[in-house]
Amino acid sequence: MIYAAIWRALPGPLVVRLLLALVLVLAVVAVLFVWVFPRIAPLMPFNDNTVDQGAAAVAHVREVS
Amino acid sequence: MKLARWTLGIVGDLLVTAGLVLLLFVGWQLWFTDVTANRTQDATVSRLTRDFAAPPATPGTETPKAVPFGSAFAIVRIPRFGADYARPVLEGTSRDILQDGIGHYDGTVLPGAVGNFAVAGHRTTYGRPFHDIDTLRAGDLIVVETKTAYSVYAVKRHEIVAPTDVQVVAPVPDKPGAKPTERWMTMTACHPKYSAAKRYVVFAQLVKTYKHADGLPAGTLTVPKKA
Repeated sequence: MIYAAIWRALPGPLVVRLLLALVLVLAVVAVLFVWVFPRIAPLMPFNDNTVDQGAAAVAHVREVS
Repeated sequence: MKLARWTLGIVGDLLVTAGLVLLLFVGWQLWFTDVTANRTQDATVSRLTRDFAAPPATPGTETPKAVPFGSAFAIVRIPRFGADYARPVLEGTSRDILQDGIGHYDGTVLPGAVGNFAVAGHRTTYGRPFHDIDTLRAGDLIVVETKTAYSVYAVKRHEIVAPTDVQVVAPVPDKPGAKPTERWMTMTACHPKYSAAKRYVVFAQLVKTYKHADGLPAGTLTVPKKA
């Protein structure tokens, strides 16, 4: 429904609409890759690779890249 | 009825979007972090190689001084990981630093010194410098290049420990408090792959140090045969 509404809101003939849709998708992916995911990654519980006395206690705060 | 339908439709769209975003996140973590981190790390190795080749500003200024947190000071080469394998070593082991290369545990000695030169690296994602750490066999060489010297270590043994087992980076590995007389290197990475439940730890001992000006003897970087 959201996507159908966006599609209807796009102006122009089919080719233009397709191109606009593609640009929108790429823009969203770029925002996610460059800004959103790097901020979320540290909260993920994998890829920690140091030994740390406090690792168990602070695992959710740091070193959880 | 119409409202219920409309609400269901919106919720469905949101769920589909959430699924796509999660898939994208997996793709970003497993693939894109490697792309960007490899680019950064290769650039750092090139810069270090140029730095190391340049003559020191004035003779006698090569006394070791503290490396600033987060800056690169060495290149690690491990023939077992491939002939082209070269990764930068940065001071510190915080999350940001480990995304830019191998991290040197703060407070452990510098390469070639008596004590334990301890480093950490990613096993997966962010360029995964220690992806193949489990393929290292006793006797495999690890070459650490700094501005002044090449320190050649040979792998002795490995351990799989809990993330809190800090004794592996003690000056005498696994013997905290003991007075160091030997020159060790410790590498830590997460274990198993794609998990952070344990740490894969490799211990290596210094074989020989060569002055940077003299270079490495031929054959040091030959890739070992499959073990």
